[in-house]
Amino acid sequence: MLAPSLWWFILAVMKNEQSYDLATGRGLVACPNCDALHVEEDLELGETARCIRCGTVLAKPREGAFAQLIALSFTSMVLLVGAVFFPFLQVSAMGFGNASSLFDVALAFADGVLLPLVIAVLAMIIGLPITRAFLLVYVLAPLAKGRAPYRHAARAFRWSEVMRPWSMAEIFVIGTAVALVKVAGLASVHLGPAFWAFCALIFVNIASKAFMCQTCIWDAIEDAGQATEFEPKQTRVKV
Amino acid sequence: MSAPSEHSGPVMTAHRAGLTGCHSCGRVWPQDHTKCLRCGTHLSPPDRRSLQKVWAWLIAGLIMYIPANLFPMMSTQTFAGLAGNSESTILGGVVELMHHGSYDIAIIVFVASIIVPVGKFIAIAWLAIVAGRPATVDQAHTRLKIYEVVEFIGRWSMIDVFVVAILSALVQLGFMASVHPGPAAASFALSVAFTMLSAQSFDARLIWRGLPLRSRTG
Repeated sequence: MLAPSLWWFILAVMKNEQSYDLATGRGLVACPNCDALHVEEDLELGETARCIRCGTVLAKPREGAFAQLIALSFTSMVLLVGAVFFPFLQVSAMGFGNASSLFDVALAFADGVLLPLVIAVLAMIIGLPITRAFLLVYVLAPLAKGRAPYRHAARAFRWSEVMRPWSMAEIFVIGTAVALVKVAGLASVHLGPAFWAFCALIFVNIASKAFMCQTCIWDAIEDAGQATEFEPKQTRVKV
Repeated sequence: MSAPSEHSGPVMTAHRAGLTGCHSCGRVWPQDHTKCLRCGTHLSPPDRRSLQKVWAWLIAGLIMYIPANLFPMMSTQTFAGLAGNSESTILGGVVELMHHGSYDIAIIVFVASIIVPVGKFIAIAWLAIVAGRPATVDQAHTRLKIYEVVEFIGRWSMIDVFVVAILSALVQLGFMASVHPGPAAASFALSVAFTMLSAQSFDARLIWRGLPLRSRTG
């Protein structure tokens, strides 16, 4: 297990001037929220590096984080597949019943004017979370074993980060709760297994947030052999 | 590692050092680079011109928010239209919930679809106006906090869209009752998406650009 190590100190108190290069930016880290410059330093597992100016978390390596993230990604894949095919909610009133999985719903709307809305909703609650889980496993599986990352690992991880704010499984659960109250007077509602799968998904997401450290993953991708070294054409200016 | 508040001296930024930091992975590159070679994100120096994008998405979100409030979110048809065919807007839905006595849910919907979007419009507009203006360290911290809240809370406005989607998918009880989504559902979803994009294109580094080079207390 490679320890995602490196990180930080304020430039002003930096003693070792050889570890960074002000001309190429090597060995330096800029805070994404305030642009304050930090020098990469080795960080112990369990430590958290914060920006000296705004306090944004820069890195928080955790013991076995990659393996945990892979396990949690597989968990959410299983839960999401269950959430698609098991019944979600069951509505019945005066003999008229309607039990449907999300898959049935998608098929029922497949030729209506509402198709765009259905596609957007399904993408946000199923498509993006499951794609993110796949991408994360693709990126982390070789890194957890200490091997070189697969091709396009950097692109895969970047896409997974872009998708993060748009995967909304937990918001969907709250939406379901509101819908239940609205429908309560009209019909009786029973919750299906798919609903509980979504609830479980919230906890899986919280757990993986605790282990997630983007900077550690970027460093691991870089250290494990992705060709990202910057070679300037002109002679390097030493500071 | 010292706590952030203890630090009061001048702070070296990537921009002042003639470098550009990647806002996605933190790697630092020379200023002439346009793309981060580690993660592939487009590099841009902190510049007030990037606020144009924020304003553009924000205005798009505002425009979509108008039909979202005027048109019905969904229409409920009971007994094939014989017992009534009620259409409700966002505000109408909240009032209806309060008549049913479920005040807690009414508050959730009211907060998620009215207070949060309106608050978000105001907060993003204010951030875009003050970004890059001189500020004290405390003011900058407040602004960053507001930005983080806006970014976190934006997605939660989608609740109402999901409610409509679930209801219209499940309440198809033939003769008894059926629910159909209205045009407001789509425009509200777009409004939320546009404001999310607006918040994402805001460059938080601009909050700190207006700070004096040396802090006044130090």
